[in-house]
Amino acid sequence: MKEITILSGKGGTGKTTITAALASVAEKCVFCDSDVDAADLHLILQPEIREENIFYSAWLPKIDHDKCTNCGTCVDYCRFDAIHSNENGDLIINPFQCEGCRLCERLCPSDAICSERSSNNRWFVSETRFGTLVHAKMGPGEENSGKLVTQVRKRAKEIAQENKLDYIISDGPPGIGCATISSLSGANLVLIVMEPTKSGLHDAERLIELIQSFNISAFAIINKYDMNTDVSDKIQKYLKTKHIRLLTKIPFDKEMVEAMIEGKTIVEYNPDSIISEKVNEVWQTMKE
Amino acid sequence: MSVNLFHFFRKNLDKLVRLVDCDVEEPNDAIFFHKADKTEEIEVSQLIPEINKEKCTYCRKCVEYCEFNAIVVIPPVKFAEVNASLCHSCGACLVACQDNAIRENPLPIGKVTFYDIHGDKELAEGKLKIGSAMQTMLIRELKKQISNESEIIIYDAPPGTSCPVVETVNDADYVILVSEPTPFGLYDLKLMTELMAEIEKPFGIIINKAGLGNTEIYKYLEREGIELLGEIPFSQEYAAGYANGNLFGKIPVQIEKCYLNIIEKLERRIMVYEGDNNLKW
Repeated sequence: MKEITILSGKGGTGKTTITAALASVAEKCVFCDSDVDAADLHLILQPEIREENIFYSAWLPKIDHDKCTNCGTCVDYCRFDAIHSNENGDLIINPFQCEGCRLCERLCPSDAICSERSSNNRWFVSETRFGTLVHAKMGPGEENSGKLVTQVRKRAKEIAQENKLDYIISDGPPGIGCATISSLSGANLVLIVMEPTKSGLHDAERLIELIQSFNISAFAIINKYDMNTDVSDKIQKYLKTKHIRLLTKIPFDKEMVEAMIEGKTIVEYNPDSIISEKVNEVWQTMKE
Repeated sequence: MSVNLFHFFRKNLDKLVRLVDCDVEEPNDAIFFHKADKTEEIEVSQLIPEINKEKCTYCRKCVEYCEFNAIVVIPPVKFAEVNASLCHSCGACLVACQDNAIRENPLPIGKVTFYDIHGDKELAEGKLKIGSAMQTMLIRELKKQISNESEIIIYDAPPGTSCPVVETVNDADYVILVSEPTPFGLYDLKLMTELMAEIEKPFGIIINKAGLGNTEIYKYLEREGIELLGEIPFSQEYAAGYANGNLFGKIPVQIEKCYLNIIEKLERRIMVYEGDNNLKW
C-alpha cells in the first residue's frame, strides 16, 4: 500500500481540485481529506456519511466562581496568557488562548478549576462515487488539528488494509506547521501542487525542505503555469536543483472553476480536455 | 490583500500604519516590498525541559502532569527523556518535579524580522523554523514585539480556522475576511463566519477574483446580512504582476478604485470607533 499526500505550502494553488481530479482516474484507492481546518474535498466528492465519530481534542478548563478566591495563582503560572479578569473582576479562561495543559487546574489552591474535553470536532467515514472517503469537520477555533489529521489518516489506512486497496490519496493542508507535519510523517510520496507566483515558489521551497527532512520522495506539478511563464521557468529550474521531477504543467482554464460549481471533477466535466489527459498521465506515473 | 490595504491606507490616510505578517508558516508580505531594509531580527525560542538523571528519582510525576505525552520515564531502566516535538512548553513538569531535576533550555522555533518601508519598521514578519510545529506560539511572540505607537495595525492571518488564526485575530478590533466566488470560497467563508460568531468579532468581506465562478456567495451575504466591503475583479494581467512579486508597479485604474472604496468604508468606521470608544465597529 502506498500513501500519496498532496501538498502545496501556499494555499489556493489547486490541491483539492487536483486531488478530486486524481480521484476520477485512480483505482483501488481510499481517499482522505487531511485539510481538516478548511476541508473542501467533500464539496466535489459529495460523500454519503456511513460513520460519524466525535474527536475529543484538548482539555478545556473552567473556573467555578463560587470557589475561586481570586488569588491569581493560575494567572501567574499560565504561560499562554489565557486567564483574564472580566468586567466583574472574576477570573475567566479564554478557551481560544488556552492550550489545555491543565496546570491551572492542578495548582488551584481552592479546587475551583475543572476541565472537560472539547467535543467540537467530528470525523467521518463516507462513501463516494470514487470510493471511500475519510474526512473531518473541525469546530471553529479548535486546537489539535494535527491530532485530528493523524486520526483521519489512521482510519484511511485501516480501510485500505481491510479492503486490500493499493493507494491512499490524501488532500493535505496548506502551510508547513503542525497540521502539515502530521499529514506528512509516514507518507510514501508527496505530490506538490505549485503555482507560478513568487510567493508560491517561496512557500514551496520551505515545504520541500520539510519534505526532504522527512526523507520522503516527491513529485511536482505546476498548476495555472501560463499565468506567468517566467516564474514557471524559474520553478522548473529550482525543482531540478532539488532533484524533484516535474510531472506536468497544467494551464489556467476557467473550466476548472465551472466543474467545481457543478460539483464535478475536471475529468468528469470534460474528459477530453488537455487537463484531464494530463491528470491521467500524472496518475500513471505516480502509480509506479 | 493585506499588502494592498497597507499600501492604500498609507497612501490615503495620514496615519502610521503597520503590517504584521502572521502567516508564519509561509510569510510572503516582504516579497512585495522590493526596497524594504531588514532592520532587526529576533530569534524566538520555546523552552524545552531537560531531565537531570542524577537528580531524577523516576517518580513519573512529570509524566502524569504532561498533557501532551511529551515525557517518557521508564524507572527500571532509568530512562527519562523529553520529546521536544510534542512539548508545548507549558511548564507543568517543572511544577510536578519534587526533585529539582528539570531545567529548561531554549529551542529556536523561528524568527521575527522587522523591515523599514518608509523608515519606521512598518513591516514585521514571523517565520517559523522548518520542522517546528509551534506556529501559534510564534504568532503570540511576534505580536508582543509590535510597537504600541501604531495607529493602524494590519495582521495578515494564516489560512484556516484553527488556533493560529484565532491567535492572530483575538485582539483585533475588526476582521476582514477575503473570499472568492467559488464553491470552495463560499464553504470556507461559512466556516470563518462561524468562527467570528464564536469569538464575537465584527467583520466584513472582500471578494477577490470577482467575475470568476458564480453568484452564490452574494446570495449568502445578503441572506445573512453580512457586509460586503468591496470586490476586486479577476484580471489575468494583474495576476501576472502579482506572480512576479509586483503589486504596485501598474495597478489597473479599476482595481485601484476598488481599493480606494474599501479604504473609504474602513476609514469611516475607524473615525466612528476613535470618536467614542464605547462604540463598536
